[in-house]
Amino acid sequence: MSDFFHWIATLPALVQIPLVVGAFVAAVAVILFFVEIAPRSGRKYTIIRLAVCVLAPLVIFLFLGSVLWAAAVAAVLGGIFFILDYRAKQGAGYLFQLVGFLAPALVLLLIGLVYPTISTTIAAFQNSRGNRFVGLDNFQWIFTQPTGIRVVLNTIIWVLIVPAFSTAIGLAYAVFIDKSRGEKFFKILVFMPMAISFVGASIIWRFVYAARPAGQNQIGLLNQLVVLFGGQPTDFVSISPWNTFFLIIVLVWIQTGFAMVVLSAAIKGVPTEQLEAAELDGTNAWERFINVTVPGIRSSLIVVLTTISIASLKVFDIVRTMTAGANETSVIANEMYTQWKGFENGRSAAFAVVLFVLVLPIVIYNARQIQKQREIR
Amino acid sequence: MASVTFDKATRLYPGSTKPAVDALDLHVADGEFLVLVGPSGCGKSTSLRMLAGLEEVNDGNILIGDRNVTDVPPKDRDIAMVFQNYALYPHMTVAENMGFALKIAGVNKDERATRVLEAAKLLDLEPYLGRKPKALSGGQRQRVAMGRAIVRQPQVFLMDEPLSNLDAKLRVQTRTQIASLQRRLGVTTVYVTHDQTEALTMGDRIAVLKDGVLQQVGTPRDLYANPKNVFVAGFIGSPAMNLFTADLVEGGLKFGSAVAALDRATMGATSNTKVTIGVRPEDVRVSTTGEGLKVDVDLVEELGADGYLYGHTDIDGGRVDIVARVDGRVHPNAGETVFILPEPAHIHAFDIESGNRLSKAVAD
Repeated sequence: MSDFFHWIATLPALVQIPLVVGAFVAAVAVILFFVEIAPRSGRKYTIIRLAVCVLAPLVIFLFLGSVLWAAAVAAVLGGIFFILDYRAKQGAGYLFQLVGFLAPALVLLLIGLVYPTISTTIAAFQNSRGNRFVGLDNFQWIFTQPTGIRVVLNTIIWVLIVPAFSTAIGLAYAVFIDKSRGEKFFKILVFMPMAISFVGASIIWRFVYAARPAGQNQIGLLNQLVVLFGGQPTDFVSISPWNTFFLIIVLVWIQTGFAMVVLSAAIKGVPTEQLEAAELDGTNAWERFINVTVPGIRSSLIVVLTTISIASLKVFDIVRTMTAGANETSVIANEMYTQWKGFENGRSAAFAVVLFVLVLPIVIYNARQIQKQREIR
Repeated sequence: MASVTFDKATRLYPGSTKPAVDALDLHVADGEFLVLVGPSGCGKSTSLRMLAGLEEVNDGNILIGDRNVTDVPPKDRDIAMVFQNYALYPHMTVAENMGFALKIAGVNKDERATRVLEAAKLLDLEPYLGRKPKALSGGQRQRVAMGRAIVRQPQVFLMDEPLSNLDAKLRVQTRTQIASLQRRLGVTTVYVTHDQTEALTMGDRIAVLKDGVLQQVGTPRDLYANPKNVFVAGFIGSPAMNLFTADLVEGGLKFGSAVAALDRATMGATSNTKVTIGVRPEDVRVSTTGEGLKVDVDLVEELGADGYLYGHTDIDGGRVDIVARVDGRVHPNAGETVFILPEPAHIHAFDIESGNRLSKAVAD
């Protein structure tokens, strides 16, 4: 593999691009071959499967010159195709299929989610080098340090404000542009920030907030306006506690588009007859909105609120890019990273556990609401 | 309680040149049950929605009682509507659904509960008051929708095909329930349906619409006995009236080998030598004597007491299907050839060009 990269690096840049794209396409083709073409039933596909079983190990052997690797590939391919053949026989070998198709996801979940959760939790109760249990010391440190408390507090501020504002603004916007002319255009306008990476958005907003000493030309939009109206330039991101709110605006700006798009689709799903029935029942527009539209989009509202809550709990990029946590703007995810960088593995892990504990109730609430919604639909 | 008047009410959808409802003139008396009927796209639902205020009136006026409501918003019209798919609020219980309008109107909790309970008793909904619509059957949901309208004690009930989502048996049951309920409450009702049987069985009067134009208004009996034009003749009645062209000859209508008598006034009403005639299946006399229009029998539908003979004949080189009512026990069989003659007193003659009725009204 690394030989391939070395070889590619020696080529001119313009040749590299099609080669990389080609490699990507080939990888996708292999995946598609396995999920779409290989499992089909019929003599032709059996022959294809058998051919792959022989050819693939052979190719591996020729390239790597290793019998062990070739044998491993042959075993894996043989196993996959064996399961696929059971699936092709429709209904037979149900257990094989179950194991065969669930195993990859389960393995990935185990090594990507379950194992890290457990090891992080253990690390949270260990010292910075991870060789001695220290009990609750790390948590004690977080909740006794003024900065630690500030970090948790900031995170709570984020998680209270961002979902509320994004959802409220997104919902209001969705209602106002609903069935209006140029609805698509207005939607794209607000949805656009969703397409920008958090880091990109943060840099844009850093420029908006940028401050130069009085007398110099202001390069920041906001300070230019302040100066224009005769004020003194302010460094918005350095003055606590308001700087946190200026950072929060960035995430609200990004998440409003998401909320708007989901809620707009949900609003269109509310049956017209229900609104008409309510109209005949004597309601005005606001009463209809509260009594028919909002209950009708309840499940979407909860999904939006919880999704944004979790996103704002985990916020890292914005704080890292704009202030790196300076001037009391740090949040848990940022502190997690800072502590880890400072070789304080235990404290870093403790922050992670605190974050996990904060996210957990939201996820449970979300799951419960989805359950409840089934009563109505 | 109030009457309802459509005064040349017109609805023209934007981007269309032909009005969906064209200068509708209709008066519904206080306490009357009027059925708007017609094929799909005839403008019956649009008319109802105009009355509800859900559809704009481009021209003309709509009055409820003496009050011109043309520009009054739906919420101030004091009407209740039952929708085709019931439009119940899914997050509210049956009681909340029924009491919602009262809650909005600011009626206090106790009176609300009393009125909801009253309506629930009327509709056998008491055991379900605490349930959500999802946990109800189609028929129960339909009754809740009715209940929601009744609780309001409105001036007018509007019903937009409220039975079309029910199965056939339930539809017949509910049909009579609604009709008797309306008579008991005495609330003016405008009912939309595409099913002429529903119209005939339920309505005090029926208004037949086609392409946005009112064709005829009258009691079910009047519409059945004296259809004003070919469309109404063909639309009302099941199985449909036999309609075909016939030559006018000396003394009446040429009917195959025979001549069916037609009164002078009718014959004099047209200058054409041909007329469209309509004969209801029960007014067709079937014989094997060779006198009348020759009909090849395709099928005989036995319904017990009587049966329907489906056959075809050849008129002016075109195949015309004929339906005749026959005795349920003794009747011709498929494949046989029979001859038909109309009951002279029950021939409906229509102008061949305009389709308008020529024969004078028959006192049934």
